[in-house]
Amino acid sequence: MPEPIIIIKELTRKFGDFTAVNHISFEVEAGEIFGFLGANGAGKTTAIRMLCGLLKPSSGSGMVAGADILKNPNLVKSRIGYMSQRFSLYEDLSVMENIRLYGGIYGLKKALVKKRAAQLIEKTGLNGLEKRLVGDLPLGWRQKLALSTALIHRPQVVFLDEPTGGVDPITRKQFWEMIYETAAGGTTVFVTTHYMDEAEYCDRVCIMTEGMIRALDKPDILKKKYDAGNMDEVFLKLAR
Amino acid sequence: MIKAENISKSFGLVKALHSVSLTVKENELFGLIGPDGAGKSTLFRILATLLIPDQGKASVIGYDTIKNYRQIRMLLGYMPGRFSLYPDLTVEENLAFYASVFGTSVRQHYQLIEPVYKQLEPFRNRRAAQLSGGMKQKLALSCALIHRPKILLLDEPTTGVDAVSRKEFWELLSGIRQAGITILVSTPYMDEANLCDRIALFQDGQILSIDTPANIVADYELHLCAVKAPDKYLLLKTLRSWPNTYSAYPFGDAVHLSTTYKINNNELKQYLTHHALPGSQIMSINAGIEDRFLELLHQKTLTHA
Repeated sequence: MPEPIIIIKELTRKFGDFTAVNHISFEVEAGEIFGFLGANGAGKTTAIRMLCGLLKPSSGSGMVAGADILKNPNLVKSRIGYMSQRFSLYEDLSVMENIRLYGGIYGLKKALVKKRAAQLIEKTGLNGLEKRLVGDLPLGWRQKLALSTALIHRPQVVFLDEPTGGVDPITRKQFWEMIYETAAGGTTVFVTTHYMDEAEYCDRVCIMTEGMIRALDKPDILKKKYDAGNMDEVFLKLAR
Repeated sequence: MIKAENISKSFGLVKALHSVSLTVKENELFGLIGPDGAGKSTLFRILATLLIPDQGKASVIGYDTIKNYRQIRMLLGYMPGRFSLYPDLTVEENLAFYASVFGTSVRQHYQLIEPVYKQLEPFRNRRAAQLSGGMKQKLALSCALIHRPKILLLDEPTTGVDAVSRKEFWELLSGIRQAGITILVSTPYMDEANLCDRIALFQDGQILSIDTPANIVADYELHLCAVKAPDKYLLLKTLRSWPNTYSAYPFGDAVHLSTTYKINNNELKQYLTHHALPGSQIMSINAGIEDRFLELLHQKTLTHA
């Protein structure tokens, strides 16, 4: 049995008197698609920022991709990928410029960036569009590129923060196929969404309310446990 | 109440709207359904008299959006997609400010905003910047309603809002409509379409279809099945490789398979078993709004190609 890729124990973060994340513990297996759900203000973003090494926990411990989030947050950053709907690519840079920028940020050597960039262009079907500004690409391609760029340094785990917000249904569904493909390739996918039908696509789902974990299991088991027809009903029962 | 005729608008080389026409009737709850970048916000800004179309014309309650913009502005409540309030003012101050701009007082129409504002009252001395996403939404709605407009324009009020707050927001909307206010609302969430009287499906600056949710769904032309198997990714790939498949998309815990003719379930079952998916479940189902949207997008891509 391989080590879990994420191990969180009693992780807590306070802001003044307010406890945003309150003693949460869980593990995520390698290659899993892990859905992280919760109402606005439930503490999801704070938890993700700690997992990505961007915010120091008040107490508790965590290992992400073999790196300690308290002792070695910078090592965490180099071993993960991150993508959000609101911000991930620079729209006034070209496709190739974005790839080179992220390759550089993730510390890849020039020759390696060149090699990976060529593979990435080939795989996403962006041949001939290397010099096109990202802002001029259709949304579906931009998303494909954003995910591929977040994976350019071959991280063991990728964090996707509402990657499909405001996207048309075809693009949204195609994006989930890329998530399946990524996970099938062995990369763990940690994803947040407000679309409850997408919660069904996850291997396991964690629902946070008021800084704590309210439920964590496979979608089928949660639906049975809360006597619900779909994940939307489960969420409404727990989060309301 | 709202009439738009052949509206077109470009920004540089980007065509935001191509010849869009629609009418919204009195006291209707009308939904513009479509993704970011479809042109919904541009249409809102034209109707709110904030933007002049390149071609076509629009009227709101009989007033022309260019010539009679002053009359329209008094009759309209507009909640833009981006947070529109003053972050440094408190909840109460924001509301009082909007009331004074429209020459009214908070007390005068308090009854109308009460169901919304009640939930904000405990925070009335908090600065707007410090509110949670759902609370900001409710304050913006209260401010848009404070002068008791005849028409309410809501541009993506539920984007980025969690499923519980979204539900609460739509419950509030139905109350506002019962008070006799016409509502035009946009959303990227297909499940919210069913809560509207009529909807327009929007994509790339064009309206793909406009009707009641029931009629839009009834226009679905393909045969649809929900197929379930434990390995969803393998199921999806296998269904795509089946020669009879028109389209296959993940939908919640199933894959929706569309075909141009009625399929033989046993034949599909055999195919799936042969591809390492024994014991799959296949069920004929009725299409939803999202299925119809996908069908229209699919047809559009085919005609363009």
